[in-house]
Amino acid sequence: MTSTPVIAALLTLDTVAAGVSTAGWEEAVETVGKLLEQAGFTTDNYIPAMKRTIKELGPYAVIAPGIAMPHARPEDGVLLTGFALITLDPAVDFGSQVNDPVDIVLAFGATDKQTHIKALQEIAAIFGNQEKISAIRAAQTSQELLVALHGLNQ
Amino acid sequence: MKIATLCGMGFGTSMMLKLTIDDLLKAEGIEAETIPWDLGSFKGQLVDIVVAPLDMKSHLKDATAKVVLINNLVDKAEIKTKILAAIKAIK
Repeated sequence: MTSTPVIAALLTLDTVAAGVSTAGWEEAVETVGKLLEQAGFTTDNYIPAMKRTIKELGPYAVIAPGIAMPHARPEDGVLLTGFALITLDPAVDFGSQVNDPVDIVLAFGATDKQTHIKALQEIAAIFGNQEKISAIRAAQTSQELLVALHGLNQ
Repeated sequence: MKIATLCGMGFGTSMMLKLTIDDLLKAEGIEAETIPWDLGSFKGQLVDIVVAPLDMKSHLKDATAKVVLINNLVDKAEIKTKILAAIKAIK
């Protein structure tokens, strides 16, 4: 992995899951956080830190209609800059004024304030593309999710 | 002109906003410095415009800068319309 990893290298079969059923936003954050943890990006301290951040700072982690981007600080247990993405079925409320309910959850951990910028820029472009968002929502399996995210040439 | 983008930690949501705003200002040929801040360190900073997610509205009651609230942080059209209107308003 390079020092500025790209999203195609970060979102892989190990770090995505499609159509996850959860009881609510906390379980959704736990599920996507577990993927970060199992991939070796974060310690077990990171999931509680992401949940605490949402409780303390509010639901602005819901960045767009149906899309949440929970994260915490580098010092909250980030080992390597990493991303994980799950889709939810059913969608759950995070408490956002305008963007609930959420069915796409992207979690990330950053080792500093720079290393994740390239990947973040790519994610913004994917989330800003309605066709890609529709394909992400339609994906039934991790494999389909990767095709929706990265295209067919993976 | 100084534009602050805000979020809770200063490198996630605010960084994404900064990248989008930098692109659109460049395309419009507008000179401005865009700086991502976390809410805690931002207090007391002097900027012309502060951009934040709508869900952060309650934290910005005392802001002295022109406040721009964004509903959809990946919607370039919404961000462009609101930023250009704010720049026009402070000129």
